[in-house]
Amino acid sequence: MSYDESLFPEKLPHNPEKATLEGRNKFMGLWFFLGGETVLFASLFGTYLALKDSVHTGPTSEELFGLPLVFLMTVMLLTSSLTSVYAMYHMRNNDFKKMQLWLGITGLLGIGFLICEVYEFAHYITDYGFTFRSSSFGSAFYTLVGFHGGHVTFGIVWLITLMLRNAKRGLNLYNAPKFNTFSLYWHFIDVIWVFVFTVVYLMGKVG
Amino acid sequence: MSTATMTQKRSFGAALWDYLTTVDHKKIGHLYLAGGAFFFLLGGLEALIIRIQLMFPNSDFISAGLFNEMLTMHGTTMIFLAAMPILLGLMNAAMPLQIGARDVAFPFLNALGFWLFLFGGLLLNLSWFLGGAPDAGWTSYASLAMYSSGHGVDFYVAGLQIAGAGTLMGGINFIATIVTMRAPGMTYMRMPLFTWATFITSVLILFAFPALTINMFLLMFDRMFDAAFFNVDLGGNTIIWQHLFWIFGHPEVYILILPLFGLFSDIFATFSKKRLFGYTAMVFATMLIAFLGFMVWAHHMFTVGMGPVANSIFAVATMAIAVPTGIKIFNWLATMWGGSITINSAMLWSLGFIPSFTIGGMTGVMLGSSVADYQYHDTYFVVGHFHYVIVGGTVFGIFAALHYWWPKMFGRILREGLGKITFVLFFIGFHLTFFVQHFLGLMGMPRRINTFLPGQMLDTGNLISTIGAFFMTAAILVFVYNIIVSARDEQAPADPWDGRTLEWAISSPPPYYNFEQLPLVRGLDPLWVEKREGNGKMLPGEPLDDVHMPNGSILPFLMSFGFFVAGLGFIYQTDSKLWFLALYGGMAFALGCMVVRSLKDDHGYYIKKEELQKALDREAK
Amino acid sequence: MRGWLGKTKALVLLGSLLLLLSGCGKENLTALVPKGYGAQSSMDLIVLTTVVMSAVFLVVVLILVVVLIRFRKKKGQEDFIPKQVEGSVTLETVWTAIPIILVIIMAVPTVMAEFDLADTEERDDHRNITVTGYQYWWHFDYDDDEIQTSQDLYIPVGERVYLDLKSEDVLHSFWIPSLAGKLDVNPENVNTFYIEAYEEGVYYGKCAELCGASHALMDFKVIAVSPEDFDQWVDDMQSFDPEELELDSVAQEGKELFEANNCMSCHAIGGSGDPLGPNLASFGDRTRFAGILDPTKENLVDWIMDPDEIKPDNKMKFDNYPEISEEDAGKMAEYLMELKPSEITPDTVPDLASE
Repeated sequence: MSYDESLFPEKLPHNPEKATLEGRNKFMGLWFFLGGETVLFASLFGTYLALKDSVHTGPTSEELFGLPLVFLMTVMLLTSSLTSVYAMYHMRNNDFKKMQLWLGITGLLGIGFLICEVYEFAHYITDYGFTFRSSSFGSAFYTLVGFHGGHVTFGIVWLITLMLRNAKRGLNLYNAPKFNTFSLYWHFIDVIWVFVFTVVYLMGKVG
Repeated sequence: MSTATMTQKRSFGAALWDYLTTVDHKKIGHLYLAGGAFFFLLGGLEALIIRIQLMFPNSDFISAGLFNEMLTMHGTTMIFLAAMPILLGLMNAAMPLQIGARDVAFPFLNALGFWLFLFGGLLLNLSWFLGGAPDAGWTSYASLAMYSSGHGVDFYVAGLQIAGAGTLMGGINFIATIVTMRAPGMTYMRMPLFTWATFITSVLILFAFPALTINMFLLMFDRMFDAAFFNVDLGGNTIIWQHLFWIFGHPEVYILILPLFGLFSDIFATFSKKRLFGYTAMVFATMLIAFLGFMVWAHHMFTVGMGPVANSIFAVATMAIAVPTGIKIFNWLATMWGGSITINSAMLWSLGFIPSFTIGGMTGVMLGSSVADYQYHDTYFVVGHFHYVIVGGTVFGIFAALHYWWPKMFGRILREGLGKITFVLFFIGFHLTFFVQHFLGLMGMPRRINTFLPGQMLDTGNLISTIGAFFMTAAILVFVYNIIVSARDEQAPADPWDGRTLEWAISSPPPYYNFEQLPLVRGLDPLWVEKREGNGKMLPGEPLDDVHMPNGSILPFLMSFGFFVAGLGFIYQTDSKLWFLALYGGMAFALGCMVVRSLKDDHGYYIKKEELQKALDREAK
Repeated sequence: MRGWLGKTKALVLLGSLLLLLSGCGKENLTALVPKGYGAQSSMDLIVLTTVVMSAVFLVVVLILVVVLIRFRKKKGQEDFIPKQVEGSVTLETVWTAIPIILVIIMAVPTVMAEFDLADTEERDDHRNITVTGYQYWWHFDYDDDEIQTSQDLYIPVGERVYLDLKSEDVLHSFWIPSLAGKLDVNPENVNTFYIEAYEEGVYYGKCAELCGASHALMDFKVIAVSPEDFDQWVDDMQSFDPEELELDSVAQEGKELFEANNCMSCHAIGGSGDPLGPNLASFGDRTRFAGILDPTKENLVDWIMDPDEIKPDNKMKFDNYPEISEEDAGKMAEYLMELKPSEITPDTVPDLASE
């Protein structure tokens, strides 16, 4: 493994995430990937909308959903998006410690969100007998929300890996793009959640 | 050139290891081409078996069940495992050279994309030996796919899921490459049409494949984990499958044809010695076709019962595609008009493409008329139509591309005489096979039938069709022979066709770093510009300096293998819980490789300035 | 492979076109000789689009041929560099505008025909029949008359008949090429359209959507008879009682075997209700057994003894009934072929004029 001095300059430039071609590529690549993800979620949303009233003999969305918990989840995830913005702000100013701190908060909020989601699913399954297999609505609901939850889980694993791997090394031109792409991905999950909240929970409760 | 000779001298083991670990776009191009060719021969064999079965009425060459497996695997193999990989191979081989880049944006992902395709394809074809291939058609419509017994459809789901992920990576990679890695002076509106087509096709891949991914997940959940998306008794709806499939499937058709539209533009310009007529219009026509490609998916579903409003909208949108396609055809003709045309094998395939594809296009418009489609739909008319488009467009294009770029990819020129024989045999066989199918359809022959009764006046047409298939088989054999004999011919020159674009500015095959110095692009058709200016070669666009290169890696291969094992686990966990070991084991292995990849720093390496200088000196001599 | 290539091709195409048009297929199967309202609507559009698109095709081939004759590289002029034309706004506008006009010419009649065929407002004024698709046979329930048939659909000629299509298992597609285009038979919803036959005759119908191993064999017939004959047929069907049939001793034995071997659990003879297997009420009048076999006793015996051999993967299996000796099968065949409720049969319908 050869060592590339140019990635570890004495003084980092502003916006270290875009200083190298690899960095710019990563940023671009992730943007395009998110474009594909949009279609992925659009397909899931379409399927959900087509099947949301196919409850068979099981509970309907009005009977199931409770907005307070979902509201708490929304707050947590939206806040985590904001904290990841702070982290990126500090990265651009080459302040590694503050970046790690804010990333840590982002991760904790994400974990909090996941815990709520697991609780929510467990509640539906044990108290309502509403499962993945009980009706087409059940399949569509768990698949859509579960895909989002899976993305959150992946994001958290990604974040922890990044933070641990680079904890002792500080910021450089090799890892700055990685933090940056993570942040972009995290915003995307957040945007998707806004749609999940609106289409699944609000429309399920009200509409 | 030095690398090519070195490769030959090295042992077989070393060469194998080299290809297993390569991240070089040119070698990945070779791999894609080899993999695609293998599956192309396999799919062709399946087609031949289908045609032999349908040669005479009431034939029992193969059983009905096996026939359904054949037609499913023929379609699936040809689309996902032959045409797409060969196109990705051509893009890999040519596009980075055409924009004057040393590699693609994500060399590692590039390799991963290939290995995922290969393992996905192998997984799918493994079904032949493990209790039967999928038998619900390449479209695998949900209700039939749900009823299909055995594991065939499960193999379809798992195999395509893995191969599809690979394709998606390829698409993202090409877009990023074209956005960030064009040589100095290579503005968007100076890019060769093949590069443009690669760009737009990649965008199509990016937006189309996720719909397939989701569809595969839904079917997988239903078949393997008892979900209820398509289970009508629990409120499911099988039409969702059709919508999602065609939201992917229609753009897929354009994914198969647009790269070759680009290629033909390059070929017509090169061999007419004329610049492409209406370059700007060609670019925007390509974009328009791609855009409309997402708006017309439901024309595959005119008979589903969507109602007159939806049918009318999709009918009109479908016909509208004729407009940009017409622009393209006429611009190609205008490119040749007034030119100085050389006709060789590459050009023959391109010239043969124009009338053949026009027939496919005109039947396409005819199919777009929804009320007429009530008769065409699901008959041999449709079979005739899409083979005119995919064979007359994609396959003709692939052959043109192979003749055109073979010297650049492998350093040998394919033999002209054999090339012409291939073309004539194939051209005759193609029209014999497929033209008559339009009429068979209208005379009452549904598609995907394993036999027909005598006395329905379908006998003659089917016999003609099968005879044509033998002609095409003969043509393919001649082409394979051509590859073998031309391998012993002498080294091809850098620019055998008096080329216009950047790939012809470097040796055949190119050195592993492509360009010692990135070229300076001073116009459309950059090499042609320099030839007319009297330079004859590209001017450097950067000072000579160390060149950064990525390291090879075995991880893409291992990772794909992990997903392959996990795929088997998914398929068989319904039989025995023990298979969860394979599922989780394979997943863990693949994810482990991913973790290794992200934890281990890989900064690549540098080619020293001095070595590049030596290469430049050699070239000067 | 010079300029003659394009010309030869055009000739070959034209030749094969003529050859095929001289034979438009079997008169009761082909879509090219429409004998009903829907098929006629489709055919009008097929002709219109074919004519327009063929004109475009001829223009393309003509230009291609001219190009190949005039602009080949000339001997002695190998170094000739043609003028590098960038494009032409006028020309490009022309070949953008003309296709747009052509598309409009084809789109307007398409949309009009689309709405015309989808019209179901008048369905209450006409006869309604429910069509159910099963893996690999068709069932017809004449809602207004409380009778059922399988495999053979009887309709009065010259009248609209509304068909409600649904599937009991997988997706099928209902197609009678000579009478109307196809409509899918979905498992989750009912699709409705109408057919109207212009001429009396026996028409071929087929399943057009891959539905399993015997998809190719999922044929049915539409028997279009005069309205008077149709009413007669309905009366006959309604008054048909298999118990009152006068049977010879062999057929009587066959009848007892039919009852003893559990056949009735799937196959009704007349009556109403949801069937598990084809209704055998007018079995003796069928033009084909199992949709595909010539109606001979030998074929029927073969079928009873091993249906899976003839129609793979069909639901008539030995799990549902005991194995039957050839002798017994022969007796049952004798009985089944006696099931002729009406004088109005496919044989009494005049043959279609072939063109």
